[in-house]
Amino acid sequence: MAGLAAAFGSGAMTNSIAELEDTDCILVIGSNTTENHPVIAARIKRAARLKHKTLIVIDPRRIDLVRHANLWVRQRPGTDIAVINGLMNVIIQENLQATDYVAARTEGFEALKDTVAKYTPEYVEQISGVPADQLRQVARLYAQAPAAAIVYTMGITQHTVGTDNVKSLANLAMLCGNVGIAGGGVNPLRGQNNVQGACDMGGLPNVFSGYQAVTDPAHRQKMAAAWGVGDLPDYVGMTMTDMLPAIPEGKLKALYIMGENPVISDPDADHAVAALKKLDFLVVQDIFLTETAQLADVVLPATTFAEKDGTFSNTERRVALIRRAVSAVGQSRPDWQIICDLSRRLGYDMDYANAEAIFNELRQVTPSYAGITYARLETEGGLQWPCPTTDHPGTMYLHKDKFARGLGQFFAIEHREPAELPDAEYPLTLTTGRVLYQYHTGTMSRRAVGLVEKAPECFVELAPEDASRYGIGEGERIKVRSRRGEITAKAQISKKAVPGTIFVPFHYGEAAANKLTIAAFDPVAKIPEYKVCAVQIEKG
Amino acid sequence: MIQHTQSASQTAADISPEALSKIEAIIARYQDQPGALMPVLQEAQDLLGYLPVAVQERIAAGLNIPGSEVFGTMSFYSMYAWAPKGKYVIRMCESPPCHVNGSENILQVLKQELGIGVGETTTDGLFSLELTACLGVCEVAPAMQINEVVFGNLTRDKIKQVLNDYRAGKAVDYKQLPYTTNDFRKYKQSPQELVVLDNVGVIDPMKIDDYLAKGGYSALKKAVTSMTPEAVVEEVKTSGLRGRGGAGFPCGVKWSFTRPLTATPKYIVCNADEGEPGTIKDRYIMEGDPHKVLEGMAIAGFAVGASKGFIYVRGEYYLSKYRLQNAIDQAKAQGYLGDKLFGTDFSFDVEVRSGFGSYVCGEETALIESIEGHRGYPRAKPPFPGVAGLWHQPTVVNNVETLASVPAIINRGGDWYKTLGTENTTGTKIYQIIGHVKTPQIVEVPVGITLRELIDTYCGGLREGSTFKMCQTGGASAGLVTADALDVPMDLASLAQVGGALGSGTMLVMDQSVCVVDFMRSVAKFFAHESCGQCTPCREGTPRILETLTRICQGQGQERDLDFLERLAGTMVDASFCPLGQTAPGPLMSALKLFRPEFEEHLKEKKCRAGVCRFA
Amino acid sequence: MAHSTLNINGTTVKFTPGQTILEAARDAGIDIPTLCYLKGTTPTGSCRVCVVEVEGARTLLPACSTPAAAGMVVQTESERVVAARKMVIELLLASGNHNCFVYAAQRDQGFKVEDAIFCEAEGECQLQALAERYQVFPPSYANPPDTKYYYEDNNSMIVRDFSKCIMCGRCVRACCERQVNLAIDIGYRGSHNKIVARGDYPYIDSDCVFCGECVQACPVGALLDKAARFQGRPWERTKVRSTCPYCGVGCQIDLHIKNGRIVKVTGADEIPNEGRLCVKGRFGWGFVHHPDRLTTPLIKENGSFREASWEEALDLTARRLQEIKDQDGADKIGGWCSARVTNEENYLFQKFMRAVIGTNHVDHCARL
Repeated sequence: MAGLAAAFGSGAMTNSIAELEDTDCILVIGSNTTENHPVIAARIKRAARLKHKTLIVIDPRRIDLVRHANLWVRQRPGTDIAVINGLMNVIIQENLQATDYVAARTEGFEALKDTVAKYTPEYVEQISGVPADQLRQVARLYAQAPAAAIVYTMGITQHTVGTDNVKSLANLAMLCGNVGIAGGGVNPLRGQNNVQGACDMGGLPNVFSGYQAVTDPAHRQKMAAAWGVGDLPDYVGMTMTDMLPAIPEGKLKALYIMGENPVISDPDADHAVAALKKLDFLVVQDIFLTETAQLADVVLPATTFAEKDGTFSNTERRVALIRRAVSAVGQSRPDWQIICDLSRRLGYDMDYANAEAIFNELRQVTPSYAGITYARLETEGGLQWPCPTTDHPGTMYLHKDKFARGLGQFFAIEHREPAELPDAEYPLTLTTGRVLYQYHTGTMSRRAVGLVEKAPECFVELAPEDASRYGIGEGERIKVRSRRGEITAKAQISKKAVPGTIFVPFHYGEAAANKLTIAAFDPVAKIPEYKVCAVQIEKG
Repeated sequence: MIQHTQSASQTAADISPEALSKIEAIIARYQDQPGALMPVLQEAQDLLGYLPVAVQERIAAGLNIPGSEVFGTMSFYSMYAWAPKGKYVIRMCESPPCHVNGSENILQVLKQELGIGVGETTTDGLFSLELTACLGVCEVAPAMQINEVVFGNLTRDKIKQVLNDYRAGKAVDYKQLPYTTNDFRKYKQSPQELVVLDNVGVIDPMKIDDYLAKGGYSALKKAVTSMTPEAVVEEVKTSGLRGRGGAGFPCGVKWSFTRPLTATPKYIVCNADEGEPGTIKDRYIMEGDPHKVLEGMAIAGFAVGASKGFIYVRGEYYLSKYRLQNAIDQAKAQGYLGDKLFGTDFSFDVEVRSGFGSYVCGEETALIESIEGHRGYPRAKPPFPGVAGLWHQPTVVNNVETLASVPAIINRGGDWYKTLGTENTTGTKIYQIIGHVKTPQIVEVPVGITLRELIDTYCGGLREGSTFKMCQTGGASAGLVTADALDVPMDLASLAQVGGALGSGTMLVMDQSVCVVDFMRSVAKFFAHESCGQCTPCREGTPRILETLTRICQGQGQERDLDFLERLAGTMVDASFCPLGQTAPGPLMSALKLFRPEFEEHLKEKKCRAGVCRFA
Repeated sequence: MAHSTLNINGTTVKFTPGQTILEAARDAGIDIPTLCYLKGTTPTGSCRVCVVEVEGARTLLPACSTPAAAGMVVQTESERVVAARKMVIELLLASGNHNCFVYAAQRDQGFKVEDAIFCEAEGECQLQALAERYQVFPPSYANPPDTKYYYEDNNSMIVRDFSKCIMCGRCVRACCERQVNLAIDIGYRGSHNKIVARGDYPYIDSDCVFCGECVQACPVGALLDKAARFQGRPWERTKVRSTCPYCGVGCQIDLHIKNGRIVKVTGADEIPNEGRLCVKGRFGWGFVHHPDRLTTPLIKENGSFREASWEEALDLTARRLQEIKDQDGADKIGGWCSARVTNEENYLFQKFMRAVIGTNHVDHCARL
């Protein structure tokens, strides 16, 4: 988000899902799309298999997409910047860049050019292990495609250099004139159904809904007027990952958590639990008594998506309706009603007849949502923001003719190694992620019979080479230990895995991968480095 | 077939590491070639005798083909095995030509001698017994194949002797055999000059020099060095040569569609999937004069602008495949195939591809699918292969006999060729006369000879004590003719008029010992076995015909059966996807027309005038 | 794009070059029945239900895969067409255990309805609908309902009943072309044709990833959503359009509701998913009715929870937040909203934190 916002002026996915089928080239990096976004993967696979478009996969793991790809680049984990700089080096060297586009629509190219000059394919091969010739091939395929789309997810962002990784991808896309065109773009795929919406709605410490900065007096004034309050706080608040360490320091006394489960999802989970326990007051609002809710002073029962009305905004900025289909279980209430109930008790009269009434308020103060109404969503289906007026059809891809920030910004970025590298004591790299059959902390997916049947328990995926080195057989239990914690899970020996690197899904509370992960963050986006930390394993 | 046939518990433990590394080597050899699946499966099965699950999965991973597609393809072809079999697999032919020569009795003998049923393996692991559709050796019916070797004219004694030999370790090496069935030169020959079979039985098919000494490859040289491709197409057009595979489409016209197309690459495919019951002619050409086929292919390649040819040989023709491969190797070594032929820019290479037990793959688009490594499902036409065939590139598909006629046409001119045969169907034709004649054989004569001449002049008349009842001309999908047709010239137009078909030029002659209902049951069995199953009318219709006829033969027919059969046949003809389904009910419809009383006797009187059907 | 015309049933119909007869007819409001046709995939022309009579053609032609051509004269319901169509339907009915008809055919022969497994597809079955439309009666030569077909019921999501499979191949194209999961194919040959997964294994042992696209594509009762079995007849359910609660794709879904409970979920033919769903979207809705759901507010006392009324819980929460705000300042309070609740709720949450509590410590798990 932060990387794209800096480069383009907007952190959102630039293009649309459907465009992926008809672009000329798709470069997937740091996204195990078939497991995390299966329906988008279907589009990518259709493009590759049925429409014979070029598919390039850059991923250390032999993910499923590899079998559909024209080229598979297997870089050493944590060397994405070097690889992307290498691609740009080749493109500039071979004069394949979009010269006119770069001149007319971007700034900062000279600095970029100077920086990538030393990332020759041979130099990049030393850093990343990617053969120089393969790098050249990828560069040519990407640069010579009339329209090429970049698709990425947490494999790019969950690093201490996550923001720089994203900026590098933005560099590459702009260099080839691939931003602001149909079938192009830099496309982060959102992992959860309403991440986009939560950001759009101001669920962030620095902005109101519509990315209106809280530090901007005009925005504060506008919101205060709309909400009928005197003034609003003017500082940038703490991120989630700042808040946890702030608790033991006494900087945070109370926490109101709605639908989150940080005990499983946050890095260095044991520390997270310890912190939450130190709060004076914790209220958790959720549909289940999650690991986090168990630490709460008060638990408020909320309803699921099927028991309420509202809207979600998907990864391609498309706002779509959910509708109440069944009655609420027990006394559970929709989250919005609970917020209203609390607000009234705190002296602020929040009263809405229904979700639509809230939406009507938010579109008044959120320019990108202004043209979206429930009536339109009913008749037209989902609409993509920006949609400034009610006669606006919505926006398929961003930055057409002009970037949101005016000119696209190149950033000259150097490769940096991850925060914690394997050493003699912790000789393996751990990378974490999701599996197809589970979702996030498992709160929902571990309560669906079929999903549990297919993915009942945690596992440690390791390469056959490592398995034989440690004498570990398929299905045997192994202990994984990092400087922060230890888990036990069964071994899954797979050719997917990179030798020297193990993969553990983070869905499982009883073997929480995040007991192992390092609370090292990207300094800008505050995203933890879930994709690289050092561990040791032994038969358990 | 109904239960899941493979169990997930079968593991890699079944195969030795050495075998697996050999499999890896096979995969590596084909890995980057399109259409690798069939040859890899075939070589792997050659190596292991069957294709265990672990091997299937290794092949799937190695060729990056989904496991379901590997099994889907494999299980389409009847010659693949995914369970272990005996050392010697006996495949007893049950197709109509063998059926009318008593194959059912022979099967009983085999069961008795082996002590096993169909689909079983003897306890010593030596023999497995299977049934098969036509083996393409109908001149020696009833026949069986043991691994690669054919044994014909089977009797109880002969079976006993063969089995004893095999038990004693005296297995036959097919590569050492002079021919699969008979010496062509022992047949009664036509007084006219042979155009296609001239070298067969005269030259050593394993020696290119023999072929060269007979003027071999001179037509190719002439075409490539002194003619334009257009002139070659024109010459073939002038000759009037029609396709010899069955449909009879003018060859030059076919080539002229593909010649002007700019798409590259283009392909030549020689259809050597001789699967039409009763059809045996292409085998004689490929075994006896393989270079002639290759030369015809190369000329076709030059004419249409193709530099790659595939010859798709039916799986059972082991000797043909062996000799063709040898011929290709020799021709490449001596510069008659390969790059820049005769110092020109024209290059042409040929690859042998093997079918593996599927009749429908003789249909050109199914054949193309098979070369590509898929199930032999016919494609919708248009587009025709000439425009979009192999890998959707322009592809000329010609029959063996057609292509083998080409060198002579180039050497001696289309006008000369045209003087042979009839106006409607020029040139010579290889007729195959099988069934109840004294000496079943093939003969190459100018088109237009009558059935009576074929039987009397070349085959010594009907066998002792026989009276002519009917003849199925052109193959299993063609109609029947009665004695009325004995003096009709056997060309495309004349035969069509009397309800027969020239087809592949095969004549299954049947005498009074044949029950027409029982014969139709045998034909129905063939089609039910060979229907690809793609479209409803054929997939569901062919077994319904078989089921109904079987009931009638057992005396359990009902009056409404004939109406149903006619209604069903009508829909199959009208609404089936491909020629197989459209023509499969043809013989039945003609039988119902010509021999309806016989059907009614079975239904009403439970009587079989031939004494074949037994009513419970 | 240039338009041409063809004549269908005596009416002049416009078409765009590249369209099939079926597409041209449907655009003109002429209904040609289909079975194997599946939107968005390569038409195979295999079921032959859509055959039509085209002037000058030797045989009937499948409308789904025959390109429309200028001047073509087409009959879609001529006697010849209807005769073939009826026979095709009759053959399909005879091919398996289509027990919605077998009841009628076999009741006289002592067949007991209670012995039958009711067909889940009844009322939604496209073969049944065709039989009704063309008045095809159960054929006398139908296979009796028996157990010779494989009934695969060893996973908790999808049931495969091969006795009802009509080999239309839609599931294969759903799997291989719509989802490109390449988990199933057609195996064997002719009347032995069967859908095979991997080397003809049950789904659970195969490469199947349980997206359920095949179930949604099946026109008959051969592939069933297991959770929906015995959960009411199709016509007793209502459908509610919604958005999938899992990943960020935002697939449009239909919730099928009976008696206030979800019984199944199907993909809606809308952007962005156009009918597709993944295993979580289609089979992962069980959490909604799960017994673990929180049904009352809880208050922790002496380290353990007790149930509380809303009044009590809300009062307590409000009081504590107010106290901390008053004592320590609003910036000592943080709030985490969620990537899994609605826009409206996230908006309201940040409004609450900023305007009511007075803090900007608002965030959610976008980073994780």
